[in-house]
Amino acid sequence: MLFNTGMKFGSLAAIIAAMLLCPFILPKFYLYVLTLVLLTGLLATSLNMVIGYGGMYQFHHGVFYGVGAYTAALIMAKTDLPSWIAIIAGPFAAAFTGVVIGLFCIRLTKLYFGMLQISLGSLVWAIAFRWYGFTGGDDGLHGIPIPSFIDGPHGIYYFVLFAVMLSLFCMYFILSSIYGTTLRAIRDNPDRCASIGINVKAHQLIAIIYATFFAGVAGVLFVVLEQSVFPDLLFWVFSLEIFVMCLLGGWFTFAGPMIGAAMIIALRTCASIYTDYWTMILGIVLILIIFYLPEGLLGYALKRIRETRISADSNTEQAGVKG
Amino acid sequence: MNGNAAGCDEEDKTMENAALDLGTLGANCFVGLSRTMILFIVSSGLSFILGVMRVPNIAHGSLYMIGAFAAYSIAELFGGSTVGFWIALALSPVFVGVLSLIAERVMFRRLYQREHLELILFTFALMLIFGDLVKLVWGTDYKSILAPDMLRGSVIVFGSSFPVYNIFLIVVGPLVGVGLWLFTATTKMGKITRAAAVDRDMVDAIGINVDWVFCGAFVIGCILAGLGGALVAPTVSITLGMDHTIIMEAFLIVTIGGLGNIAGAFLGSLIFGFSQAFGVYLMPQFAIVFPYIAVVIILLIKPKGLLKSAS
Repeated sequence: MLFNTGMKFGSLAAIIAAMLLCPFILPKFYLYVLTLVLLTGLLATSLNMVIGYGGMYQFHHGVFYGVGAYTAALIMAKTDLPSWIAIIAGPFAAAFTGVVIGLFCIRLTKLYFGMLQISLGSLVWAIAFRWYGFTGGDDGLHGIPIPSFIDGPHGIYYFVLFAVMLSLFCMYFILSSIYGTTLRAIRDNPDRCASIGINVKAHQLIAIIYATFFAGVAGVLFVVLEQSVFPDLLFWVFSLEIFVMCLLGGWFTFAGPMIGAAMIIALRTCASIYTDYWTMILGIVLILIIFYLPEGLLGYALKRIRETRISADSNTEQAGVKG
Repeated sequence: MNGNAAGCDEEDKTMENAALDLGTLGANCFVGLSRTMILFIVSSGLSFILGVMRVPNIAHGSLYMIGAFAAYSIAELFGGSTVGFWIALALSPVFVGVLSLIAERVMFRRLYQREHLELILFTFALMLIFGDLVKLVWGTDYKSILAPDMLRGSVIVFGSSFPVYNIFLIVVGPLVGVGLWLFTATTKMGKITRAAAVDRDMVDAIGINVDWVFCGAFVIGCILAGLGGALVAPTVSITLGMDHTIIMEAFLIVTIGGLGNIAGAFLGSLIFGFSQAFGVYLMPQFAIVFPYIAVVIILLIKPKGLLKSAS
């Protein structure tokens, strides 16, 4: 164990306490950015379930985020149904899309999986982009009435914080269960897993369902925060941006994607004050990560800690031998 | 009374439209076919790189855009004359080739031994950087260039007029395809490239510098993207964002054609171009949805594409 359990729980409690106090300290704009970080971090963590833990090339994760957001937004804006139905319907619609797209993609592996998913996802994007009467086309939908129990920036923040924490807890629970371990085993060696009687495809499909469900949760939270949706949420460039967040934070860590999302959004917020060339900065950052930090920030930090532990241990051993 | 007259007028127009419809469909198909050729040239380059290096080059669309902008700048240099156009057509793919050569030699080749995903993300980073570089160099305004005199105007075929430039494209597309096929099937370099795609280590072991083979394949693929951009330049307004559209279309085409298969790219382009033309004819608002539906139907039946993928 890298950290003992007490330390883990202590730091977790400290982080949650700090998050709860944030609205009283931070100005409005920073609170907005923090809320955006939380929900984008949830989205990136959900992608990492499939890509980092499942080893599948989920190239178009943004579609499920967008489907969740559009479902919630359309129910809130165009029907008289109570708003809690919209909030619940979003993730389920996303998971349903996940099942449909997943069933086709799961037949393939690696690059074919990714290419097929981009194709199917782009179909969803093209429909949302063109169906002016229903989805608002490329303008999207704006001024969506959000539920009355979420009032003001503070209400939105606490709602998002609660939903994100709950989702993260669920995901952590799923990934540390036997199912999560099996999923990682499949990532590392699908053939061997299949030969000992594990249903590889079923496990992968379930991972996609979980991940798309939580992407849908993030989508609903986006609607709550922005009160608008637009087809860019479903565009493949955005999907790859989420991908970059996972890479930046660290593929094989649970908290990595959240850190990656925070870094990217903070960088974009700062950069857009000074320059119009944000995508170039993102590209350069991406190249730097690929070359110098392929295991991501958190992955690198954990590796260093492990190395120092090991060298410290071997030093004490040597000292012991000498003594 | 007035309203009634207007109603009659409308009816007349619908009658006329019905008579014209077949002609319109023909014209749509024709324009679709010339657009198909551009798609084919770009996606054959993408497919070529995929076949050899197993990397979907996400920056491919950006190179296409750079090809178009470079063609504009070179043509401007010659004051929009006929000679200028031909020189632009020849030089802008070379410019794109040099750009990709630099990117490959300086950065990309260091990643060949890495995780496959990192290679894909690297090409995404290139796309992001190239996109903003174009904005930096050429600005956000629309640009356009004129086709040379001999390719301007239109001819009447079967009662509808077709632009001469589109006919030019329909001739050039297959020529490029045949050229690429001759290169991979008959030349020694082409054979080595195909061998390296199948078993990199073996080719390396018999003393061929695979590093350069990969480099060559990458640059040839990128030159095709630049050529596509230069060819399309006179028919569209050259603008930022043309990279996003074309790369998605090229992706879909190589996926339905079979990754790395040049003939598959041709077949895929035909299906894509015609389903779009058909969509424009049936439901103009949803025209862009039609090719996607065609792609999905094909992939449901043949998930790995219509033709055999390379290796």
